[in-house]
Amino acid sequence: MAVAADTDANLLRLGGFSGKDIPEDDLLRACVHCGMCLPACPTYRLTGQEMSSPRGRLWLMRAVADDRLDLLDPLFDEQMYQCLNCRACEAVCPSGVHYGPLVEASRAQLEQHRPRSLSDRVVRRIGLDWLFADSWRLRWIVNLLRLSQRSGLTVLARKMGILKALGMADLEALTPAISRRALVPGNERWDADLSISPPRRARLFNGCVMGTVFANTNRAAARVMARNGSDVDVPVAQLCCGALHVHAGMMEEARVLARTNIDAFASSGDDPIVVTAAGCGAALKEYGYILKDDPAYAESARTFSARIRDFTEYLGERDLVPPTRTIRRQVTYQEPCHLVHAQRISRQPRDLMNAISGLELIEMKESSLCCGSAGIYNIVRPDMANELGDRKALHAMETTASEVITANPGCQMQVGASLRRNGSTAKVRHIADLLDEAYGGAKTKRSVIGNSAQHATR
Amino acid sequence: MDTRVDRYSLVTSLENIVGKDAVFTRAADLLVYEYDGSVDGAVETAMPAAVALPTTAQQVADIVLLARRANLPVVARGAGTGLSGGAVPQQGGIIIGLTRMNRILEIDRDDRTALVEPGVINLELSEATIPHRFFFAPDPSSQKACTIGGNVAENSGGPHCLKYGVTSNHILGLEVVLPDGRIVWTGGRAAGISGYDLTGAMVGSEGMLGIVTKALVRLTPMPEATLVLLAPFADIDSASHATTRIISAGIVPAALEMMDNLTIQAVEPAYHAGYPMDAGAVLLIEIDGIADDVRGTGEEIATICAEAGATEVRSATSQAERDLLWKGRKMALGAMGRLAPNYYLHDTVVPRSKLPATLRRVDEISRDFDLPIANVFHAGDGNLHPLMLFDRRIAGSTERVLEASKEIITYCVEVGGALSGEHGIGTEKSGYMTMVYTADDLAAMAGLKNSFDPAGMFNPDKIFPKGYMCGEVRALRMQAMAQKLGIHAL
Repeated sequence: MAVAADTDANLLRLGGFSGKDIPEDDLLRACVHCGMCLPACPTYRLTGQEMSSPRGRLWLMRAVADDRLDLLDPLFDEQMYQCLNCRACEAVCPSGVHYGPLVEASRAQLEQHRPRSLSDRVVRRIGLDWLFADSWRLRWIVNLLRLSQRSGLTVLARKMGILKALGMADLEALTPAISRRALVPGNERWDADLSISPPRRARLFNGCVMGTVFANTNRAAARVMARNGSDVDVPVAQLCCGALHVHAGMMEEARVLARTNIDAFASSGDDPIVVTAAGCGAALKEYGYILKDDPAYAESARTFSARIRDFTEYLGERDLVPPTRTIRRQVTYQEPCHLVHAQRISRQPRDLMNAISGLELIEMKESSLCCGSAGIYNIVRPDMANELGDRKALHAMETTASEVITANPGCQMQVGASLRRNGSTAKVRHIADLLDEAYGGAKTKRSVIGNSAQHATR
Repeated sequence: MDTRVDRYSLVTSLENIVGKDAVFTRAADLLVYEYDGSVDGAVETAMPAAVALPTTAQQVADIVLLARRANLPVVARGAGTGLSGGAVPQQGGIIIGLTRMNRILEIDRDDRTALVEPGVINLELSEATIPHRFFFAPDPSSQKACTIGGNVAENSGGPHCLKYGVTSNHILGLEVVLPDGRIVWTGGRAAGISGYDLTGAMVGSEGMLGIVTKALVRLTPMPEATLVLLAPFADIDSASHATTRIISAGIVPAALEMMDNLTIQAVEPAYHAGYPMDAGAVLLIEIDGIADDVRGTGEEIATICAEAGATEVRSATSQAERDLLWKGRKMALGAMGRLAPNYYLHDTVVPRSKLPATLRRVDEISRDFDLPIANVFHAGDGNLHPLMLFDRRIAGSTERVLEASKEIITYCVEVGGALSGEHGIGTEKSGYMTMVYTADDLAAMAGLKNSFDPAGMFNPDKIFPKGYMCGEVRALRMQAMAQKLGIHAL
């Protein structure tokens, strides 16, 4: 057949994986290409093309491993990054393929071997390396953002078309209302409601975005935990969880953050570490995996990961103190991918919502299909992200609920922006904020340690 | 006919038909279209020359005409979950992927029909019709992913086909693109067929006679009541015996499934469905219908099972309990990973009366080949699924599995069975066709194929034994067919 002639010639070019973080062969070959993952995959749902499916991507990885496809083939690059890493495929895989680590390792391979443009490198260095390596830098930037929001500068810029000209219109649309004061680790503490016994102790993982932009949500979560009998504190010296780095294939940077966090929580025994961002929780639960080859940290990373609890998971471990307020409202629930798929937590958030009297939970269609946020995906690939966001918004609007509840900052921003784009006035809230409201809000005793006003802006 | 179309003009012509974003011709893109759901080793992978993802019947027809001009084979593909290599383009050519034709066009409650495009996912059709109190009855285990078009091509089955029948019982009419590019309708809404039953010919034809672009399917009313029984037995023999007695008593359960001890060992720790770990086999029996009937039939079955040696008979009426009992069965294949990294299964069918003997033979083969075989299958209609468990990283293991499966197939055919209950023949089992059909039988099938596709361009190499339909042999064979001689020589 004349037409098929050049296929093999094209394939025999260059080598496969090499260096650090090679996709593990055993994990890769666990896939028997049965295809059961296809309908669960958002990018396959949108495109209907095999290369955009988990099975297709695993086959491409296998082709690279077998020297049938060049690592630097544009298709490989495109597909490894078109993937949202939502891990919906993992949750439905009959063979139990660990897709997440495979796509992350493939990206790490591309990071190592792919030539990048200077501007690309600078953006990544500043965006992912410099910004997150120290907590005050992020707080400082977030404060600037908040100032510009408050002062009307952003509105002005939008009206003048400056944002659009800078290619930042999508980004601006995503920016939520920023908490007035960042939550600085070590500066605040919540005491358990003593009427609940036995008392427990929880350590809050602050997170970068949660601790700044959504600091008030973290405070709400802490109040709810305190109301349910937990002393809550926020250990100092903790940093960003590194999820964004892992997703971008920047494994070494992620490992540096992981070691720092493990050390930061080492002194708190085996107290559960509670996380309010599903994306962070999933990444923290995988420290054991990403540090498995680090002799100094392998063991402590495993122990650390075993302590991680999502906020809803933590509350679900004990009988809930009944929320005191009746909230007559219809809500719907958007499942964060890294909660439902990566951590397989789906029941607990619903149980918590159903515990609020008066609240009606109306399920939306495809509640566990990715909303398109996926870390920084909606910023780097707005086309596909917007399509998924619209799909999510329409499903949410169909329920006529006035609030969309979720449990991850990325989803919160993405779904919020998508709803507004589609003309909906429904609010998007974190489940911790909803629960906090049901318990009466900011009345729980909080101890402020040190001079927080000074720390907040530093 | 213009026999050569160069690569450049092929690409441009395809793009003119379906648009740039629906054509793939780069080698890297084509890599992911070289497989389907079949087991490595049992089906050879093969890459197409191009993939097109049309959205209308007219586009499909235009691609078919283009392929004819270019002298390229055409292979239709749905979700690619098939287990017999049906969507693998053995001779290259153009893959027509129907995944973007995925709309449910109409749900007619009065006539109890749905008009769907071929790329609609099986389960999603039922999900869309359940609010109207209807469902699409064929429920292959891959129903979460497989498409209606694929179900039609393979004449798929599933647990509930015992009572409701396989796909062919649920297709009323089809819009089909024929190999000459014409778009035709077979069948229709009304009962009864005037003239030849072309719908019947199309269903199960594995994409070799035409490409389905619309399907008019029958919807089944949701039963008023459903009851699921779980009956554990000490051994497979007594469970098979119970099966035979239930069916011969004239009872038609909605589903009657058997799982042997090895399957239970894999499934129970994974899903905690409540199957006793020490049972030699369990029967999972579903009865549905009018509430009073269901209760009565349930009691009747319970009595039969007890007489046949069931250690208990548990019944589940609530949706949650039923789902849990079914989960173990539906997810059984996935749980096999707990026992071995790979499995291979055949879906031979034997007359029900031969079940006990066949299962004994499977057990012998398991020992002869030192190969664990788990049995989880549609006992009610004698449709076996012996799962051979192996680790393909061990040299020679795949070959051993293929040898063992040949033994199983040979035995099943000897006792009057069929090669496939629901997975199709494809390339996987085409070599066995001469075991069940004489040269004349096959020639009759080839005659049907020839009347639709004399050039043999639709999904070549499937169903018929290797070499039977291809290349120069084809010309010879057509000549020979006329004289009814050459066939024996093949």
